[in-house]
Amino acid sequence: MSDFAFVYRGWDTPVSPEEMQKTINLWRAWFKELEESGHMKDPGLPLDKSGSVVKGAKKLVSDGPFAEAKDVVGGFTLVTASDLKQATELAKGCPILTSGGSVEVRPVLPLEM
Amino acid sequence: MEPSEHFFRHEYGRLVASLTRIFGVHNLDLVEDVVQDAFVRALEVWKFRGMPENPSGWLMATAKNRALDALRRQRTARKFAPELARQLESDWALAATVEEMLRPGEIKDDLLRMMFSCCRPSMAENAQIALILHVLCGFSVEEAASAFVCNREAMEKRIQRAKKMLAESKTLFDTRTPREFTARLPTVRRALYLLFNEGYHGASPAAAVKSELCREAIRLVTLLLEHPQGGAPPTCALAALMCLHAARLPARMDEAGNLIALAHQDRTRWDRQLIAKGLRLLQLAATGSELSEYHLEAGIALEHVRVARPEDTDWHAIVGLYDMLLLERPSPIVALNRAIAIGERDGPDKGLEAIHAIADREHLAIYPFYPAALGEFEYRRRCLSHARDHFRAALALARNPMERQYLSRRVSHCEDGTDGSLEGGMDEILGISPATAGASPARGLATTRRGHAAGEPPATPGGRHPYEQMWRETLDKLKHAVERSDPIA
Repeated sequence: MSDFAFVYRGWDTPVSPEEMQKTINLWRAWFKELEESGHMKDPGLPLDKSGSVVKGAKKLVSDGPFAEAKDVVGGFTLVTASDLKQATELAKGCPILTSGGSVEVRPVLPLEM
Repeated sequence: MEPSEHFFRHEYGRLVASLTRIFGVHNLDLVEDVVQDAFVRALEVWKFRGMPENPSGWLMATAKNRALDALRRQRTARKFAPELARQLESDWALAATVEEMLRPGEIKDDLLRMMFSCCRPSMAENAQIALILHVLCGFSVEEAASAFVCNREAMEKRIQRAKKMLAESKTLFDTRTPREFTARLPTVRRALYLLFNEGYHGASPAAAVKSELCREAIRLVTLLLEHPQGGAPPTCALAALMCLHAARLPARMDEAGNLIALAHQDRTRWDRQLIAKGLRLLQLAATGSELSEYHLEAGIALEHVRVARPEDTDWHAIVGLYDMLLLERPSPIVALNRAIAIGERDGPDKGLEAIHAIADREHLAIYPFYPAALGEFEYRRRCLSHARDHFRAALALARNPMERQYLSRRVSHCEDGTDGSLEGGMDEILGISPATAGASPARGLATTRRGHAAGEPPATPGGRHPYEQMWRETLDKLKHAVERSDPIA
């Protein structure tokens, strides 16, 4: 088994409270599925979509957003899976996909040999 | 933990109501931004980490912080609630004031205050209920538009206009002054009544939307009932009316979303608990000497729910209640309902006679259930070709797939001439109040009132009421009907 990071990018935030509640329920159900099938390593953390960027030797500072809205990272999760293929299959269950976002699946490099 | 159903919606209404007291009603847009912002945070964090132990507290604390930020940032640029301006301008008092304002105990009052503020008599009634639905029930513009079956732009405009009027009122309605409270109360009741009706009789074909609107109306009327003055007999009657109607919602549509007339409903699917609640409320409503149009409507609903078989329905009593209702609220729709009840009581010929006798029936020309009622009685007289023509005319006026389906079924019944079963209890499908949706063809059916701007007859003390004797008899009958009704039946 290896670790993988799911990096969530750019999704539409629902406007209505009712839709928000539905969205939370979808995510909770998906996380629960990952937990119960033994794939969840760490639910990870959400990131605010604002912020700043420090760049280059001159340390130029600019305010967010940093990329196209669809590319902004909104959070990450750590899962365990047998290989990239399985991790990618798991990512297909993510509710973000129905609201215009994407999941990047990245193998975590093992820290030890 | 899982959030309770519609938790976000209801929290939204509570937070907006509370924060509006701090920011002032003219800053409603800012308040909505602050609350929306707190909700987006909750959404992102809870998605990953699940709901906290006390989600209401979490939301309130987050909104409070966002509010403080906004206050500090905008203090110089904006004017806040005038009565709080001094505290909010001083930096050391700011946090304490906000803290004090957002104590949990205050929330119920805040909701009530907002409800009364949304019901300005100068505001069109459909604007009042759109505003209630939006700011108090947390419906987005899209959701409100779909509930009222109108397009998004129209709803957006209606809500914006209503918000602007609300902003112009400068301060929120003061619910602590008894005289003003009592004066505004009928308008509030009327708005809740219309909200409920929109759910129960409105043009929306979706069962889910219907029950949601009904549930919201019941939630708000319950809030009103808990207030010492708000819970006056007409409010109890209104709440009773809602419960007795809502009890029948589960049987009102079949699996495919088709409308089922009262006579054909599976009565075992009626919600017994709601019926029992309705009865209790009606009992409370009938304790005083006050009788309102809601008493009458609740009385009609009671006659329907208290019998186990449709053929046992006491149409004499129902016609009597419609007679009173027509005096109190003269409108072609009420008259049409009364005519239908007469047809049920005395046979189709009398029913047709009563329909033809409706003085202002030209107002019903665009209303599908007017020709449908004619068709129904012609059908019962076995004048099938006349009946078919009426049902076809009704079909052409149908406002949604549900009505279309129902009416085309009646057209084909006439054509085969085979189906002998009658669609009794048309008044159940019809509704009593004109549909309130702006886009509804029922516009123009507006009730002509006997000059009560507030939307409800004055109370009846001192015998000033023109039909006092009749009122009293009706009230007595109502009390008896409640006593005779066995909620477990």
